[in-house]
Amino acid sequence: MIWLGIDTSNTPLSVAIVQDGNILVEYNSGLAINHSLRAMPTIEEVCKKAGLLPADIDAIAVSEGPGSYTGVRIGVTIAKTLAWTLGKPLIGVSSLQVLAANAMYFTGLICPIVDARRNNVYAGVYRYDAGKWISMIKDGHYSIEALTQMLKEHESPVLFIGKDVALHGEVLKEKLENQALFASTQYNLPRASALIDLAQRTNKEEEVHTFVPQYRRIAEAEANWLKRQGKESASE
Amino acid sequence: MKKDLFILGIETSCDETAASVVKNGTEIVSNIVASQIPSQQRFGGVVPEIASRHHVEQITLVIEEALAKANLTPSDLDAVAVTEGPGLVGALLIGINAAKAFAFANGRPIIGVHHIAGHIYANELVQRMEFPLLALIVSGGHTELVLMEQHGSFKLIGETRDDAAGEAYDKVARVLGLPYPGGPHIDKLAHESDGEIEFPRAWLEPDSYDFSFSGLKSAVINYKHNQEQKGQSVNGAHVAAGFQASVVDVLTSKTLKAAKEYGVKQVIAAGGVAANKGLRSSLEKVFNEAEIPFYVPPISLCTDNAAMIAAAGSAMFVDGIRGDLTMNGKPGMPLTSWKK
Ligand SMILES: [Zn+2]
Repeated sequence: MIWLGIDTSNTPLSVAIVQDGNILVEYNSGLAINHSLRAMPTIEEVCKKAGLLPADIDAIAVSEGPGSYTGVRIGVTIAKTLAWTLGKPLIGVSSLQVLAANAMYFTGLICPIVDARRNNVYAGVYRYDAGKWISMIKDGHYSIEALTQMLKEHESPVLFIGKDVALHGEVLKEKLENQALFASTQYNLPRASALIDLAQRTNKEEEVHTFVPQYRRIAEAEANWLKRQGKESASE
Repeated sequence: MKKDLFILGIETSCDETAASVVKNGTEIVSNIVASQIPSQQRFGGVVPEIASRHHVEQITLVIEEALAKANLTPSDLDAVAVTEGPGLVGALLIGINAAKAFAFANGRPIIGVHHIAGHIYANELVQRMEFPLLALIVSGGHTELVLMEQHGSFKLIGETRDDAAGEAYDKVARVLGLPYPGGPHIDKLAHESDGEIEFPRAWLEPDSYDFSFSGLKSAVINYKHNQEQKGQSVNGAHVAAGFQASVVDVLTSKTLKAAKEYGVKQVIAAGGVAANKGLRSSLEKVFNEAEIPFYVPPISLCTDNAAMIAAAGSAMFVDGIRGDLTMNGKPGMPLTSWKK
């Protein structure tokens, strides 16, 4: 079984090919280069390095968000187009869980973070226990304040992971004191091999045509529109 | 016997997710368009983030339908042509990345097409182009006069200095309280009107083929304010008729003058506003009198579609133009000739 994994959900890029549990090729980069310039050429390159043709791929895993709207859409669009035209199964995995998987053997809580500006983050809280992944706090768009409040209630050490953690390190330390731990450099980039591992653990398969990113946030224009609708119906 | 050329076109530059197969650059085999207008109407215009989200929902569906209607498999295609720009960057990226993934998976070449070249080549699907040719492109994003001396050669001789014609229609429609998109509503009101308010024409310098519509838009707003201040009602139909008369007069006069100056064999109109009845009949009338052949494609090929991208892509394919997997969205892509 040959898997292609693609993560373009934030600035880093990761593409991997895993065959029967063995990584054949993995490409990881933290450079801020537009995914449209780089994602498809990288997919072509890893296939070439592995000596594979597109039709040799048996399944496709993709990070479905949350993260950068445009980044997530590029990965999802590539993945769903490949899956549809090659007639292969597609599995979407939380881009936050992909980061969490870098620390799967940590015994406390694992909290992947992606910056969402104005003291907000996309975050989720995970735990890997007895060979199973457990979601402790579901993926979402949280203020740092709300996130740290929820984490305090757990009274367990929390390992923050992801390259954007650095942006919020001071505040996290201040609010959670010794409860907060920080992953070191090599764990902060998403790895497509971990994405494939997670995809293999789920038995869900996406409906390729209707598969869309998990933005975890409605578009601003839509939020404003809903607010106006609410006001109009309230004043009726 | 020469083999037929089949090009798949993909277009996602604004609010239509579209795919089409065109045969030999001139014959539509399939033409699928998924419109977002019902969703975007809530916001009174196209919201880029919403457009991008809809494109992801529709993209593989429209491509599959285009192939199914054409009764073709990916290996029957000679290339994939996709709109590279201009347009909304987030929206362009969906079509481009789908096109690249499709091209890679099926070992097909990819060709990046300029959206306006697409609008012009829509005419190849109904009437073979004859050069030199003058094209008037009028849409929500464009108002341009382009001279073509041969396939793949574009010379911009005039363009708008502010609003595009379609943009002016939308803005004036909003002033009159008409729904989005405003063009068809103003066209209809103007058509049925029993009178018109006189609005100015922006001719600019005597030798210029450029356009300007922002002054006209302000004149409409001022007129409405003045009427309201005087406590007098505003006749929407008269305003629509006066506004449309000004737009049509300037577009028609400048296009006719350019057609004569450059001695063109053919004049074509393209873009969403070319579907406007008032503009169409005015252009038909003056070119009929001037005895210069004038063509405008049917409405479904004036508004954004992928058949036009496939048609332009076919001409580019024949000329050996190819893109690669590093293709990126170019929101401000200039219209340059692929043949010098
Ligand atoms: Zn257009």
